Amino acid sequence: MNLRESLRTALTSLFSNRLRSFLTMLGIIIGVAAVISLMSIGKGVETSITDRLTSMGTNLLFISPGATSQSGVRGAQGSASTLTYEDALALEDPVLAPSVVAVAPEANTFGQVVYSGNNINTRVVGVTPEYEYVRNMPVAEGSFITSQNISARSNVAVLGADVAAALFEGEDPIDKSIRINNVNVRVIGVLEAKGGTAFGLTDDQILVPLTTMQARLSSAGQFRGGSSITQISVQIVNAKAKDQAIAEISAILRDRHSVLYEDDFTITSQEDVIEASTEIAGILTVFLGGIAAISLLVGGIGIMNIMLVSVTERTREIGIRKAVGARKRDILAQFLTEATLLSLTGGIVGILVGVGISRLIGGVSVFGGNEIRAVVGADSVLLATLFSIAVGLFFGIFPAQRAADLRPIEALRYE
Amino acid sequence: MALIEVQDLTKKYMMGEVEVRALRGVSLDIQEGEMVAIMGPSGSGKSTLMNVLGCLDQPTAGTYRLDGVDVSSLDDDALARIRNQKIGFVFQTFNLLPRTSALANVELPMVYAGRSNGKQRALDALAAVGLSERAHHEPTQLSGGEQQRVAIARALVNEPSIILADEPTGNLDSKAGAEIMAIFHQLHRDRGQTVIMVTHDPEIADQAQRIIRLHDGRIENDGPAQEVSA
Repeated sequence: MNLRESLRTALTSLFSNRLRSFLTMLGIIIGVAAVISLMSIGKGVETSITDRLTSMGTNLLFISPGATSQSGVRGAQGSASTLTYEDALALEDPVLAPSVVAVAPEANTFGQVVYSGNNINTRVVGVTPEYEYVRNMPVAEGSFITSQNISARSNVAVLGADVAAALFEGEDPIDKSIRINNVNVRVIGVLEAKGGTAFGLTDDQILVPLTTMQARLSSAGQFRGGSSITQISVQIVNAKAKDQAIAEISAILRDRHSVLYEDDFTITSQEDVIEASTEIAGILTVFLGGIAAISLLVGGIGIMNIMLVSVTERTREIGIRKAVGARKRDILAQFLTEATLLSLTGGIVGILVGVGISRLIGGVSVFGGNEIRAVVGADSVLLATLFSIAVGLFFGIFPAQRAADLRPIEALRYE
Repeated sequence: MALIEVQDLTKKYMMGEVEVRALRGVSLDIQEGEMVAIMGPSGSGKSTLMNVLGCLDQPTAGTYRLDGVDVSSLDDDALARIRNQKIGFVFQTFNLLPRTSALANVELPMVYAGRSNGKQRALDALAAVGLSERAHHEPTQLSGGEQQRVAIARALVNEPSIILADEPTGNLDSKAGAEIMAIFHQLHRDRGQTVIMVTHDPEIADQAQRIIRLHDGRIENDGPAQEVSA
């Protein structure tokens, strides 16, 4: 009996038991659909994270101040104010730090912001013009803070999209005057909305010139004669130059801070953060996939169960086939073909259902303020197809062997 | 050389703890073109003999040559091939595949023979038993006599050396039974088909040329129908 005949025989027998065939497939359908949808959601979370992180700008290093140490008790990271504006300026040195492209220092505080009747509390960040492209924060309207604003310590501000919406409620904010911590400030621009990032909601903040911030808006302390800042973002030439750049920056800062034993600053690369996050998302994907794989296994056992029942139920049929000349391998082929067809069809239907579910879930679920785009990968489709065929063969082999081993006279006598 | 040569055939099998000696040394020859009836009360071993002759079962001892081939030493696959090529079965309970058209049932032996022009041959075989217009009916839509005729068509389709019929009229009323017997006679007369029937019905057995009567696993009587039935 050739393959075509096996297929025809199997199809005839599956079609003459439609309900049973469908119920058998259901286990595989659910299993495969679960694998596809859960894995696609995991993948979606992974790409969401990577997208958010790269939307902050690329090839970034973050320098933050070290911890304070009083009487041997080490404080939290960043609790010391060891970084200064002058440190940031020193990093822009093409000779000592050739890997550094741009430096964007920032100082953060929280402020009470008022416009007409609206009053909100938000993060106020003192920045320099470099911040715009180092952190990838273009303005949607108006203009960004200029170097004239820095030197003149101008009372100007650029609003995050959420802040603009909350304060002005649709009114045009450009050239309007708002009050930050009781200081009058003119709005010169509004940032593009970006949604959430791993480093907080950048839409909910106000940017002001760093010098204005230090002079008028916060009581930031002094450190070694310079004005202290919260963080320095450094853009480097490319990702490969990361280690080189860290070495250059460390050398400059150690020299300036007269470090003897322990650095009083920390350098984190954006890449490290992305890696750590995607690793977590990857573990999540594997975990979800594992749970789904269990349901696929249960589906496979379902197939075996039904096939065993079917062998008993069709003992007579097997006897008839053997009496008219079916060999062992013909019966084996017939039952294996049936099991594989069932699981393969179930697998294909399951893939379609899984894609549907991931579309549906992708449309409604939200991660960090942004919807997850569930990604159905070719790899998970291939995996599910191969796995369902394997399930059919594996769980079909035992019942098929049993059918093939039946003795013809006993099978014919079976009622 | 006879078509079937059986020498000292014995068959023992275990039924629970008890050893049953179903055949205790049976020897017989059947020539090509004979129409033979095997008779005997239940427990006489006629079903066991039929199973061995049909290559559904292997004897414990003795030799069985079919068409010059010693069948007693063949393996399962070789036996399946012989059943497919040389033997056509007709059973008391018809044994058609359920939910499968008459045509597909008749095609079944050819599926396992790997023949290509199966459909036309199956239609010819159905025509030979007078069921051309019922080819696409399923067994449940056919009367008992019609189902048995489909079974005969299935037995014929690979042009076997022998047709083995096990109580072929046992489940039929007398009219349908007579029709089935008429088909066997026609096959025997027109084609020279060898037909071996197992029956306990003397009226059926009397229609054969020769009757072999079994008792307790031995041949009690073997001869022309007129002598043996008398």
